[in-house]
Amino acid sequence: MTNTIQEIEKEIVDEFSFFPEWMEKYEHLIDLGKNLPLIDDKYKTEDHLIKGCQSQVWLHADLDEDKIKFTADSDAVITKGIIALMIRVLNNQQPKDIVHADLAFIDEIGLKEHLSPTRSNGLVSMVKQMKLYAIALQAKLQDT
Amino acid sequence: MAFDVAKLRSEFPILDRKIYDQDLVYFDNAASSQKPLRVIKALEKYYTEEHSNVHRGIHMLSQIATTKFEESREVLRQFLQAKSTKEIIFTKGTTEGINLVAQGLSLSTLGEGDEILISEMEHHSNIVPWQVAAQRSGAKLVVCNVLDDGSLDMDDFHEKLTEKTKIVSMVHISNTLGTINPVKEICQLARQKGALTLIDGAQSAPHLDINVLDIDCDFYVISGHKMYGPTGIGVLYGKSEALDQLPPYQTGGEMIKDVTFEKTTYNELPFKFEAGTPNIAGAIGLAEAVRFIESTGYKSIHEIEKGLLVKGHQALSKFPGIEFLGTARDKASVISFNIEGIHPTDLGTILDKLGIAVRTGHHCTQPLMDKFGIPGTVRASFAVYNTEEEIQRLETAVDRAVKMLK
Repeated sequence: MTNTIQEIEKEIVDEFSFFPEWMEKYEHLIDLGKNLPLIDDKYKTEDHLIKGCQSQVWLHADLDEDKIKFTADSDAVITKGIIALMIRVLNNQQPKDIVHADLAFIDEIGLKEHLSPTRSNGLVSMVKQMKLYAIALQAKLQDT
Repeated sequence: MAFDVAKLRSEFPILDRKIYDQDLVYFDNAASSQKPLRVIKALEKYYTEEHSNVHRGIHMLSQIATTKFEESREVLRQFLQAKSTKEIIFTKGTTEGINLVAQGLSLSTLGEGDEILISEMEHHSNIVPWQVAAQRSGAKLVVCNVLDDGSLDMDDFHEKLTEKTKIVSMVHISNTLGTINPVKEICQLARQKGALTLIDGAQSAPHLDINVLDIDCDFYVISGHKMYGPTGIGVLYGKSEALDQLPPYQTGGEMIKDVTFEKTTYNELPFKFEAGTPNIAGAIGLAEAVRFIESTGYKSIHEIEKGLLVKGHQALSKFPGIEFLGTARDKASVISFNIEGIHPTDLGTILDKLGIAVRTGHHCTQPLMDKFGIPGTVRASFAVYNTEEEIQRLETAVDRAVKMLK
C-alpha cells in the first residue's frame, strides 16, 4: 500500500530536519538530483519541455491502473533535486489526490523560494503541469 | 591621490545590507546598478518640497517642477554632449527609446526591399522591436555575425551593409559579452551607404564618456537605472533632423500644439515625443546620477573597473573547466563564464546563498546563447563601488559551489 501524499510530505520534512544548515540541505538536494532516475529519452522532446528562463524541465506522466507515474529531468541539478522530491510525493498517487495536493512541505523544508514565480526555473510551471496531467488522466479514468 | 573606495561605498546605503546574514556582494550591475544617497535624496526632496505637474501651471510649484525638469534635460544634454535640449527625449528607458524609433521608422521610412541591420549580440530589446517593424513595413531584418571572441565581425558588417540598409541598430557595449563595439566606425560606414544609425547605450552610459556628436549617430538610447539613476527613466537622443522625420510614438496631452475634433497639430521637439505627464521625479533623479558620475570622474571609473575586470579574470581562471564568453580586446567590466559540468543556474543559486548577487541565464540574448550552443552563463558585472576583496569573496564562493556541485 502506497503512503498518502501527506505521509510522504511528513517523511521528507523529517528527513530535512537533519540538515539545519543551508549548505547541508543543498548538498542533500544535489544528491537527490543526481540520483533522479532519468526520463526516457523518447520523452525528452519539445512536447514534454517546460521552458523556464533559467533552467529547463522535461516531464512525462502515464497511468498505471488508477495511479499516475511521473518521470522528469532538468538540465540544472538543484532543480532536479526539487523535482525528485515532487515526484517522490506525487508518484503512484491517484489523480484526484494529486489535483488537491498543496505541497506545503516545500515551504516547511525552507525551499519555498524555488517555487516562487520570480525564480523562473520552470518549477512552478512543472507543478502546474503535473496537476494538469492529473486532471486529464482523471478524466480518462472516468471515461473507461 | 588614491581613490577612496570606502568613502564612495558609504554613499550607497544598500551596500551595507546583509543577505542571508552575510555582507552583500553586488555583482549584478549590468542588470541594474545601485543608487547613491544623493539620487535617493533628490527624489525625496522633489516629492517632499517641489512636486507639481510640469509645463502647464501658472502657480509657483509648477514653475519649480518645470524648471527642475528642464534643468535635468540640460544636464543630460551635456552628459551626452548633444547640440540642443530639443534632441533629448525623456523615455521610460532604452527599450522605449528603441521602440519609439523602430515604430516611427516602420511608419515613415521603411518599406518593401529595405533592410534593417542589427548584430548577433543584441539584447532582445534591440531585436524584437525591429522584427515587428520589419513585419509591419515589409523590410527585412539582417543580422551581422559575432566572432568567437565576442567581437563584431567587421568583414561581415561590410558585406551586409548595402544600399538597401535603411537603419543600423547596434549595441555600444554588449550586456552579455562586455564587448565594446567600434560605434564611431559603424556609424561612419552606415552614413556612407545612406543608412540611419541607432546605438543602444544601456551598458555604456555608466562606463564610457559618451559624445554623440563624435560618434555621429542619428539616435542614442540610455537607461537611468543602469547608470546609478532611478528605474523608469531614460533618454532617447536623436538628431533634430532624424527626430523630425518620425511620427509621434504616443499621443495625448503635452505633445500637441492645437487640438480640434477635426485635426491636431503636434508640439515641437522634444515635447512631440513626450505624451502625457512625464516621469518628473525620474528625470530629476537621473540628472543627480549624472552629477554623481561626473563628480566621481571617468578616469577613476575606468581605472577601478579595469582593475576589477583583470582581477576577476585572474581569480576565476584558476578553476579547471572554466570558459569565458566574451574575450574581445575592447571590453567593459563584465565577466560571463561557465564551468564545465555545472549549470549556470546551480552555480548562481549557491553564490546567492553566500551573499553574492550575480546574474545567470541567457541575459535576454537568446540568439547569442544559441550561437554559442549554451543555455546561459553566470555573469558578474562590476560597478565603480566594487572592490578586490569582493572578487576574493567571489573566488571563495565559486570554489565552494564547485565542490558542492561537481
